[in-house]
Amino acid sequence: MLLNIKDLHVSIDGKEILKGLNLGVNNGEVHAIMGPNGTGKSTLASAITGREGFDIDSGEIIYKGQNINELSPDERANEGIFLSFQYPVEIPGVSITNFMRTALNARREYKGEEHISAGEFLKKMEEKKKLVDIQAKLTKRSVNEGFSGGEKKKNEIFQMAMLEPTLAILDETDSGLDIDALKVVANGINTLKSQDNAFVIITHYQRLLEYIVPDFVHVMYDGRIVKSGGKGLAVELEERGYDWIKEHA
Amino acid sequence: MKLTDNKKFPLEASLVDRYRENPEGVFKSSHQKVNKSRETGLERFNNIGLPTTKLEQWRSTNLSKNYNTDYTIGATKPDFDKEINEIFNCTIHGFNTDVYALLNGWYYSPDNKRLEVLDDGIIIGSMIKAQEEYPELFDEYYDEIAQNNDHGLKAINSALYTDGLFLYVPDNVQSERTIQLVKMVNLESNIMVNTRNLIILGKNSKLSFLHCDDSINQHTGFLNTNTEIFIGENASLSLYKLQNINNQTSLINSTTFQQKSNSNLNVILLSFNGGKLRNEFHIDLMGEFANADISAMYLMDNEQHVDNQVKVMHSAPNCTSSELFKGVLDDKASAVFNGYIYVARDSQKTAAFQKNANILMTPDATIDTMPFLEIYADDVKCSHGATVGQIDSEALFYLMQRGIPEKDAKLLLIYAFITEVTSKIDILPLRISIDDMVKKRLRGDLYICDKCVLHCSKPEMPVEFVLDMSKI
Repeated sequence: MLLNIKDLHVSIDGKEILKGLNLGVNNGEVHAIMGPNGTGKSTLASAITGREGFDIDSGEIIYKGQNINELSPDERANEGIFLSFQYPVEIPGVSITNFMRTALNARREYKGEEHISAGEFLKKMEEKKKLVDIQAKLTKRSVNEGFSGGEKKKNEIFQMAMLEPTLAILDETDSGLDIDALKVVANGINTLKSQDNAFVIITHYQRLLEYIVPDFVHVMYDGRIVKSGGKGLAVELEERGYDWIKEHA
Repeated sequence: MKLTDNKKFPLEASLVDRYRENPEGVFKSSHQKVNKSRETGLERFNNIGLPTTKLEQWRSTNLSKNYNTDYTIGATKPDFDKEINEIFNCTIHGFNTDVYALLNGWYYSPDNKRLEVLDDGIIIGSMIKAQEEYPELFDEYYDEIAQNNDHGLKAINSALYTDGLFLYVPDNVQSERTIQLVKMVNLESNIMVNTRNLIILGKNSKLSFLHCDDSINQHTGFLNTNTEIFIGENASLSLYKLQNINNQTSLINSTTFQQKSNSNLNVILLSFNGGKLRNEFHIDLMGEFANADISAMYLMDNEQHVDNQVKVMHSAPNCTSSELFKGVLDDKASAVFNGYIYVARDSQKTAAFQKNANILMTPDATIDTMPFLEIYADDVKCSHGATVGQIDSEALFYLMQRGIPEKDAKLLLIYAFITEVTSKIDILPLRISIDDMVKKRLRGDLYICDKCVLHCSKPEMPVEFVLDMSKI
């Protein structure tokens, strides 16, 4: 199993948000995590990626057979965990090109490999830019600075394509996207999907799942996964809303 | 009673004594206005003494250590037996400057050519020589805007300066060249240097000026510089100031500007290193539609201190000014920003902006920021703001989530923070060199080189940066 979360309890500033969450993800799978606002979906993403201030009170996050509770965010990233941010951060003065080169080289250093050559890097950039229909001029601009909502999300998918993660978590990547941008994002994910990696897609709506077919759909409520099922569950949620789920909680 | 009897600090007495000794006759010239200004300066100094933290404008900058140091004051003229490029070598790729130098406060002229007229009509050279050769021009401008009464260090500067740079750009000369002034200090003992510069841009003229303060060795220096700059009607000046001096040295840099109508001033101040740096800018926008932009970056660590005092006087209507000061303070470093904007009663349609942003890397680093607006006109647009903070944890996590280790991620964010200032440098090769210096400084690799730190852009001395941000 690629990711195995066992009875995870996480609190922020002493307030318990995740209250015994279990989740298992295998290579080659796409999992969708749905649920009403404030049920702990983003907290789960933060806990897996090691964000500061998200304290694991008990439970384990086992990734590639190793408990990663003690790993720093950059170590987890270099082990292949990627988070597409709900609100990508603007970094003025640092171009996407240089940012990606720095990130790729950090990964290589972590693995004890040589830095990427300029030629190899450029080739990779060109290839991945096409994937998300990202314009050349965008990669010369500072990271996310002055980007539209859609451009920011496309840029997240572009970074994901560049870094080729084993486990990709997409936190509300579909929010604020028009239908065209949504298709581009979905297309990027579908292309990157393979038997060697896995996706955890956090979303409030079923919309994105019309373009990306999940193997499993989980519904979160009050810090726990209260219902799991196949792709049909997403459709059911769309029709019936979340209220009936509370009865399962 | 001897004038020196009531002095609080040893340095005050030494300064007055030095004036009385009048070494090499430098403090007396054939120029009456200069002589009078020296006498007035001394008199004023005798009355007010050296500035201490008891003065509001000095409360966060304590120079008492300097005042109790035994300095060689205005050392005797060094031997000019070497070409400038033998003692100083500044290489910025694709960027040629006309280099002029001051060594220990004396105009450096190995070939005894102390004043030159360049092919485009620019007159450049020694202040002392210019007094003799162009007395009328000198009379018209010298000491007209210097604000010598501001404090004792300015007063004593006008009495005790040994030499400095004189630069005159005649009317209608749109010079494409960049004049570079390198002020070096190199003496085998502790030294106090007083220099005075006079820069005049005639109407419709244009100039880029790069002003570097460097120290060559690790001796304690006390550098006191006073510069008057006149920008004529429709003239434009780009002024880049680079400060990279050793941790034992204090630098007091006072610059007063007078801007006529439709003139433009663009100052970029880059403080990389120095024990104590104090920059005073006094800008008088006295003609309509004049514009002044001042941007500054300071990167201080250890127990370094930088104090930026900016005063912009909107004396005429329709003028614009902007100030952007950004700094990063590490260890026990401290900084002061005192920004004062004055809008006179009839200066309608003024637009004046001011921003000071700081990142404190440790709990021991301090910033004292004091934005201040005084507005007497009613149709103006003014704003000011100051921020003090740590590195944004959200941004830090974003970078680390991409695999970049915390230390490097912090460097990258500081670099990004500073970019708002360095990106304003419109001479590309200079901007690349400054970028290199910023990266080296952030990595702790920027030393006081034996010559000049701009060295670092030489291809045989490539700048290595942990984050490979070189162009690809």
